[in-house]
Amino acid sequence: MRLFISFCLLLVTSSYTLADTHVGAMLYKKNCIACHGASGKGGVGVPLALESFQAQASDRFLKNTIRFGRIGRVMPAFKSLSEDEVNALVAYIRTFAKATPPVYSQQPIRANAKHGATLFSQNCAACHGDHGQGGKGTGVTFSRPRDLPIIAPALNNEGFLKSASDAMIQATLQQGRKGTPMVSFLENGMSEQDINDVVAYIRTFEKDLPTRTNVDDEPYYLEVESSLSFEKTVASLKQAVIGENYRLIRTQKFDYGLVNVEQEDPKKVVVYFCNFKLLNEALTVDPRVGLFLPCRLTVVEHKGKVKIMAINPLHLSHFFNNDELDNLCKGMRETYEVIMEGATL
Amino acid sequence: MKLTMLRAFALLAGLSLVAASVAEDIFMTRTQQTFPEAMLELQQQIKSHGYTLSRVQRVDIGLTKSGYKTDKYRVVFFGKADEIKWVGDNYPEWIPYLPLKIAIFSEAQDTLLITSDPEEIFFSDDAKFKKIITRWKKDISAIFHEMAD
Repeated sequence: MRLFISFCLLLVTSSYTLADTHVGAMLYKKNCIACHGASGKGGVGVPLALESFQAQASDRFLKNTIRFGRIGRVMPAFKSLSEDEVNALVAYIRTFAKATPPVYSQQPIRANAKHGATLFSQNCAACHGDHGQGGKGTGVTFSRPRDLPIIAPALNNEGFLKSASDAMIQATLQQGRKGTPMVSFLENGMSEQDINDVVAYIRTFEKDLPTRTNVDDEPYYLEVESSLSFEKTVASLKQAVIGENYRLIRTQKFDYGLVNVEQEDPKKVVVYFCNFKLLNEALTVDPRVGLFLPCRLTVVEHKGKVKIMAINPLHLSHFFNNDELDNLCKGMRETYEVIMEGATL
Repeated sequence: MKLTMLRAFALLAGLSLVAASVAEDIFMTRTQQTFPEAMLELQQQIKSHGYTLSRVQRVDIGLTKSGYKTDKYRVVFFGKADEIKWVGDNYPEWIPYLPLKIAIFSEAQDTLLITSDPEEIFFSDDAKFKKIITRWKKDISAIFHEMAD
């Protein structure tokens, strides 16, 4: 009992940072570790432990990033976390580096956005994209070919614009970010006024945010009825797959491996196929794409009707919060439809 | 910024009850086990929760054979024969999403696992199917919880 009272007194008399970071560590393990790594060195997510990042990211920036995420850029919005939990998480993230968190003014910077647009296209667009849409290949792990620990963030992203104040964007432009390709534009010849103009231009992105693929009306599966027999449909499907430049991987019964061979349902056959160039591109866009792999169409005979069925990749992809993946899946859905129609013609 | 001691304890107590996996719509977790160790443990976890391993798809092999650089990457398919058969016979529209699968891939020294939340992917008005979906979620949560460091 005396020990417990002493422990409580110790907590009361000292700062609560220890409690904050302990809660934060548990929250980090639950919500962040998979993408950002155990010590915040990054992976699918950005390296939070980067000293220069911590020296420029205010607590407000981190909290809003957790709260709003980055729509369409993998980082989800953690809407269910309470304010205390977000605070604890930020306290824990701060333990990754010794940098002192900056505090920025929330005042908007009034400057010449038109001039900023010109400077942006000359100095920033090569990495951040013509419209501030960010570098390609969100969510690339280090197990994939990757030269740098970070991909240029999307500046026209609602989550970013809600999180970063003008003063923070200004500081980043002035100082650059050591350990990333972001250079100091003060050192690279821009004046303070030029930098303010670029900040003013970046803020104009708020008026024209990109629209996301709407998947609300998307069916969760695709199917085409075949007038051919079951066996002929399977054969025709394989031909159609090859005709679309995919390589057949394997053909198996739907319940393969779950039951003995003699118990397998002969009227449910899965055809797996792949195009390795596309697969490599997909893994670059999002390493989590394994959930769509390999490409697959299933021939099913049910109640006397033969059908070819597939997942609708868009039904699955919108859970990944990755616009590039959505675009790929849109293409994949069209490919599935072409193959299914070709096989049943 | 500072939590009161009571709030901190309340948060800790609450957190100890939640699963150690990630994100809102998908399950994702990281283990500091090497890929072969994680792969072995994943297969054991799947079996210990009463599921049968259908097969393992080696994604990386095809890629490296085709000249692309990649690290270890597999997709593990699994299910319970009676459940998969029942869903396939009664709700064939869900066949394309079955058997269940977990993608597992290495990232430097760590291994990452990912799968979709069954309650986000599948939906049905059938009480029996609903019960199956709920159990899939519970079991996959438990597997990911066990796999997390």
